[in-house]
Amino acid sequence: MNIVVLVKQVPDTAAERTLSGTDHTLDREGADLVLDEINERAAEEALTLKETAGAEVTVVSMGPDSALDAIRTVLAMGADRGIHVRDDRLRGADVVTTAKVLAAAVRTVGDVGLVLAGNATTDGQASAVPAAVADLLGLPQLTQVRELRVTAGRVRAERETEHGEATLDAPLPALVSVTEKINEPRYPSFKGIMAARKKPVETVGLDDLFPDADAVGFLVTRTRVVEAVPRPARTAGVRVTDDGSADRQVADYLIARKLL
Amino acid sequence: MPEVLVLVDHDGERVHHTTYELLAAARRLGDPAAVVVGTPGITGRLGESLARHGARSVQAAESAEADEFLATPAVDALEHVTREVSPVAVLVSATTDGKEVAGRLAARLDAGLLTDVVDVDPSGVATQVVFGGSYIVRSLVTHGPPVIALRPGSFEPEECPVEARQRGLALPPVDPARSARVTARRTALGGDRPGLTEAAVVVSGGRGVGGADGFKVVEELADALGGAVGASRAAVDAGYYPHQYQVGQTGKSVSPQLYIALGISGAIQHLAGMQTSKTIVAVNKDPEAPILDLADFGVVGDLFTVAPGLTREVTARRAGS
Amino acid sequence: MSGKPLKDPLDLLDIASVLSDEEREIQATVARFLADRVRPHIGEWFENAHFARELAPELGKLGVLGMHLEGYGCAGTNAVSYGLACLELEAADSGFRSFVSVQGSLSMYSIWKWGSEEQKQEWLPRLAAGEAIGCFGLTEPDFGSNPAGMRTRAVRDGGDWILNGSKMWITNGGIADVATVWAQTEDGVRGFLVPRGTPGFTTQDIKQKMSLRASITSELYFDDVRLPDSARLPLAEGLRGPLSCLNEARFGILFGVVGAARDALQAAIDYADSRVQFDKPISAFQLTQKKLADMTVSLGGAALLALHLGRLKDQHRIRPEQISVGKLNNVREAIAIARECRSVLGANGVSLEYSPLRHANNLESVLTYEGTNEMHTLVVGQAITGHPAFR
Repeated sequence: MNIVVLVKQVPDTAAERTLSGTDHTLDREGADLVLDEINERAAEEALTLKETAGAEVTVVSMGPDSALDAIRTVLAMGADRGIHVRDDRLRGADVVTTAKVLAAAVRTVGDVGLVLAGNATTDGQASAVPAAVADLLGLPQLTQVRELRVTAGRVRAERETEHGEATLDAPLPALVSVTEKINEPRYPSFKGIMAARKKPVETVGLDDLFPDADAVGFLVTRTRVVEAVPRPARTAGVRVTDDGSADRQVADYLIARKLL
Repeated sequence: MPEVLVLVDHDGERVHHTTYELLAAARRLGDPAAVVVGTPGITGRLGESLARHGARSVQAAESAEADEFLATPAVDALEHVTREVSPVAVLVSATTDGKEVAGRLAARLDAGLLTDVVDVDPSGVATQVVFGGSYIVRSLVTHGPPVIALRPGSFEPEECPVEARQRGLALPPVDPARSARVTARRTALGGDRPGLTEAAVVVSGGRGVGGADGFKVVEELADALGGAVGASRAAVDAGYYPHQYQVGQTGKSVSPQLYIALGISGAIQHLAGMQTSKTIVAVNKDPEAPILDLADFGVVGDLFTVAPGLTREVTARRAGS
Repeated sequence: MSGKPLKDPLDLLDIASVLSDEEREIQATVARFLADRVRPHIGEWFENAHFARELAPELGKLGVLGMHLEGYGCAGTNAVSYGLACLELEAADSGFRSFVSVQGSLSMYSIWKWGSEEQKQEWLPRLAAGEAIGCFGLTEPDFGSNPAGMRTRAVRDGGDWILNGSKMWITNGGIADVATVWAQTEDGVRGFLVPRGTPGFTTQDIKQKMSLRASITSELYFDDVRLPDSARLPLAEGLRGPLSCLNEARFGILFGVVGAARDALQAAIDYADSRVQFDKPISAFQLTQKKLADMTVSLGGAALLALHLGRLKDQHRIRPEQISVGKLNNVREAIAIARECRSVLGANGVSLEYSPLRHANNLESVLTYEGTNEMHTLVVGQAITGHPAFR
């Protein structure tokens, strides 16, 4: 079985993020870039399956040159090969274009049993990407998963959302997105780091994935930013030090604001 | 007027509050058409409340297996109606489920998708607050029917009774090779509490709560206010509260009318998930806690004194009013 | 220049830019592991004199233990990578770097370099994995800088050896599964592998230390310990055996102490930026800036020296007196930096919440062990004058 892990490089979550003034895309130059931490857990799940059930793990990332670092990190953790989708035309790609490109990259890997992704990346809003990729590949989606079992051609998963928990079941092939609670990712070992340099990474562009790119029209801009402005920072309002009456003061405040 | 599709959130018996918010937003753009996906008979139970909130038509995608599969029945229904009526927009709630449906639908329709939208204007320009509340971005969908996931709490529901046409949709059966089956469901341990992302009031606890037992005071205040319970990543990592209640960059983003932070210092990752809340109240022992710098009402004090006191005040004043 | 202080004082010279990707990734991986697993607890461990032995298998999994050795489950990295790992370990605490130095450069290296194939097969994979712990016994209560005078003796008894004596200041001694022990024989100094539990072999941990508290230091006793000849390291003859191991360990130290100094200086820069006196941060006062600037200059020099020696070692051209230059300079500079950083922190500097005084205390041991400051001075003196002045 082949497992494909979708990963993304993101600015370190502890850092402040800014939008580039020219095209309203995330300014990645000023920030430390790291492998997204939820993606790292998706990779860990893939590698656990590789060890327990036997599988070849391909890591796919779409992004500029630096995305190769994210791929190398997963190769150092133990993945077998990488596909780096790099094309200047993909800068600022929307959810649908991103999903189409990732789905096309997955299709270049034969006999895929499982596509693994994070349930969200920490740099954007588009947790919709894994679902969109599943749709384009015609796969069942088992998303927001905190526990995963793969047996005899089926995948079972425990899903958790703000509305509760559910058990999901689907035949392979399938797409799974994991939450940050699914596992503790391993550190790459030194042997892994050294071996990663020798593992194959294929760099592909849009013309490789879509020979008739303009014809299929995936490069259309589906959304346009009209305006992007920094949001005024919130400022502190009333501040009290509790002298035994803070509870009453908060209640008065809530009533005054019609929140009670 | 052109139609605007609204995917109805419901629990099988009642329409969720978030749907009324979607209907209010939809009325700015055109005639709201509610799409109900559920088991047979559901539309009959929900139709009246939908019409009362302005749904001009109710499209019933009923089937015995509608609840048995994740996401795809709703996607199939919305795709079907969209291709039929060419709506000016498709609105869903930006809950976890809603965003997944929106992602799949946009991919199928090759359409522009905007998620976590907090406002739309009649011209279709949608406002998003991105990067944890640090930027306001206004965007327009320029290709395909706009698929818009609205962040719960962004619109005020309004009653606007109309006559709603009801119509049944015949959908093809779900292909079990392409959909995940839901074999068991367990509702959130919050019981009757509203869902975290759509609650009007969220009371969250952080590391300052000190332990799983300490969350009782958080829950009691949430229940007195009819709100949901949240937790910071520090509290979740420490095992005080389950992960699905985590608010923040890697958890849920919320923007309720009222957010009460108890014992949460306000790490940047937490603020990213809640700083679009309308009103923020924070209680923290540490006067230097960053959360106090953005709270509308900040209390420097012990949450174990202030929160139970506030619970009593709220209960008493509710009873008195 | 922007108003933001540099968080890593080594960034000023951009030393990372002359490292290979692989070296940087190895360094970053060690730093991340320590940030997750060691830094949150190190103050407490130091206070409670606790060595977190459970981390040994985790360090083994990463590949830290014996990382610069080839084969037998070792990672086989270059010397610079080993140095950078030591740097990060010592930035957390010298106790952890000491554990790794003794395991990899003394215990494992002695077996790897001087051991039989059977000895290598038996011990190296387990030591590399952190499943077994090793120690190295050369120093004795009465013989530190003068190991040639050692009193521990091994005498032939038929085909066996009978070992008597004691060793002092032995890192990892009390928890070691195998000790490399150096003893006088009638043919000169020889090395022996003594497994834990061998009758007559006992250990006693040294308590009430004011330095390297997060690491174990012990005394080893050998009372008529009977060993088969297969316990002898067959290739080691004379003091060259143990001294070659010390050169390996000293290499790790001259890199490691740069980490301790960097961490102390980072703490001082952060503190000076946030501590306000007379209405401005103390980092804006000239006297504080002089301290911070002087320390940054000497730290940068130490780091470049370490890197230079690492490159020489990777070309197999490094000489013992060059290692002495590195150990002498870098430990001396590091301890001076750690102490000066403590002064920047004022009274807070004596709290375990801040690292500088912990580092300074640890470096007191590092200044002495693996060849004292004085001995390395004399090595350098001999190298430039030709006159040995040791005795």
